[in-house]
Amino acid sequence: MDGPVSTFQYIADNYRYIIFLTGEHLWIVALALLIATGLGVPLGILITRHKQLADRVINVANILMTIPSIALFGLMLPVLSVVGHGLGKVPAITALVLYSQLPIIRNTYTAIKNVPPAVVNAGRGMGMSRWRLLLEVQMPLALPVILAGLRTAAVMNIGIAAIAAYIGAGGLGVLIQQGIGRVHGDMILSGAILVSLLAVVVDGGMALLERLVTPQGIKIQRERAQ
Amino acid sequence: MITYDGVTKVFGSGPDAVVALDDVSFEIPQGEVVIFLGPSGCGKTTLLRLTNRLDTPTRGTISVNEQNILAVDPVKLRQQMGYVIQEIGLFPNKTVADNIAVVPKLLGWSKDRIRKRVDELLQLIRLEPEVYRHRYPVELSGGQQQRVGVARALAADPEILLMDEPFGAVDPINRMQLQDEFLNLQAQMKKTVAFVSHDIHEAIKVGDKIALFDQGRLIQYDTPEIILTQPKNQFVADFVGADRALKVLGLIRVEDIMNRSPENIVHHTDKSQEALKFLTEKNFRHAVVLAEDKPVGYVFSKELRDHQGSVREVMAEYPVLLEKHHAAREVLSHMLMYGLQTLSVVDSQGNLAGTVSYRDLQKAIRDTYGGEGQF
Repeated sequence: MDGPVSTFQYIADNYRYIIFLTGEHLWIVALALLIATGLGVPLGILITRHKQLADRVINVANILMTIPSIALFGLMLPVLSVVGHGLGKVPAITALVLYSQLPIIRNTYTAIKNVPPAVVNAGRGMGMSRWRLLLEVQMPLALPVILAGLRTAAVMNIGIAAIAAYIGAGGLGVLIQQGIGRVHGDMILSGAILVSLLAVVVDGGMALLERLVTPQGIKIQRERAQ
Repeated sequence: MITYDGVTKVFGSGPDAVVALDDVSFEIPQGEVVIFLGPSGCGKTTLLRLTNRLDTPTRGTISVNEQNILAVDPVKLRQQMGYVIQEIGLFPNKTVADNIAVVPKLLGWSKDRIRKRVDELLQLIRLEPEVYRHRYPVELSGGQQQRVGVARALAADPEILLMDEPFGAVDPINRMQLQDEFLNLQAQMKKTVAFVSHDIHEAIKVGDKIALFDQGRLIQYDTPEIILTQPKNQFVADFVGADRALKVLGLIRVEDIMNRSPENIVHHTDKSQEALKFLTEKNFRHAVVLAEDKPVGYVFSKELRDHQGSVREVMAEYPVLLEKHHAAREVLSHMLMYGLQTLSVVDSQGNLAGTVSYRDLQKAIRDTYGGEGQF
């Protein structure tokens, strides 16, 4: 019989396997996020200095985002097959990295652009190098918004990673995929519940992190504004 | 010393080119405040931005102490010049102390030296270090923020200060106060200051010299007195305004014109009749009333005439007391507002330092215009 009790029973009976899949799922998402951050944040900063480039980059990221994930996996199959990775974790992570670009680049770009021009002018005029100003002032002020972008990307990627089970990437999607194949209700349900739970927990964790990196001076400013 | 030699700045090119500065040459002498004055779009802010290489001149050279600034690394150059802007631009993520410490940190000062310097500067701008050191900019009032802005510019004790309408964003009362404080600081520090303003009153009050610009050209470069009394052409005359004589009053300070040893003084415990006798003998119409050494009011002889008892019962209190640094403009304003012809000046302890009368003001204006009777 399917039902809450039997679903929990299924999870309890297979907890080792499920912990493994959860770990795998998190690992895919985390690695993708790490790579996406390494690409997206510098790109987002770079385009704050070239308006035209900014429009183009954000447009491309926008288009990437609109491609359905299943279609993107399909599109990457012939490309990545060339290097022998048409299926598995490589195309999955590649897709997640691409999907993450829009929220990360857009938030980084907006956050840096939103630093008041007077602050930048004062910093430059006092003899701070661009690099120093970025590190000491622009980045700390932009960090909460950049993290909000990462948070969106992370939550979205947890969902997309579940679909990547269809191309053999592993993770909690495996439960859903195999459950459907075997018409095993408890298996499908436990996969679905755990993926959702993971998304909620990661979202909460990232929200906490966002608050942690908000500079004290900005927190006070927000409190006053209310 | 800052030297501008044939400085020209053109923005854009071809038919869209805008000449922001047109062959500007003059010199800011060591230790003087020069106001870049003019209507908006006259090129004054551009000239300031060229001075610390936030922009580069199209033609001409700018030298600091005879060294062409193009030969200096722009970042290094800027670290040697304090920079204050209208929008203040404090770093909202840094505390007051960290904001002030920016340039010393760039210059690699030790933590100890930075901490001492920050406290020293906070005291200089009259913000108690214990209270304000760890506050954030958002927790300060506009006036306090701009004081920190000035302190930040002074942090590494630069020889040169560049100020772009520094007090333009604060309310008029705070602006006057900030100007007074700046003048006090400048009297001690003797920085070489380039100060952009569009406010003729501010220029007269703060500047040792005024460089008046219009459409990218330097129209007149002179002391405030000469700009006011001998405007070079119609533009200057129009810019300083038809009330030039009144503006001269902004140049004159109470200490320049006050009577330092007034004789018409009575004590508040004196008997009215004795005081009257004293005034009549000396032929005074009125007297300043003192308690200890502090002026507490004034009394006219006609009020003493039929009064038995002490002076303090018939005297009127001063609605306002003057300080030595007040401008004659304020004095005249008080006189008109309160209908008084004489006001008392106090020192920092509140003791009587002298008096200023309407006649003193009149004489001062006449002297400034060299007795030509132009007004």
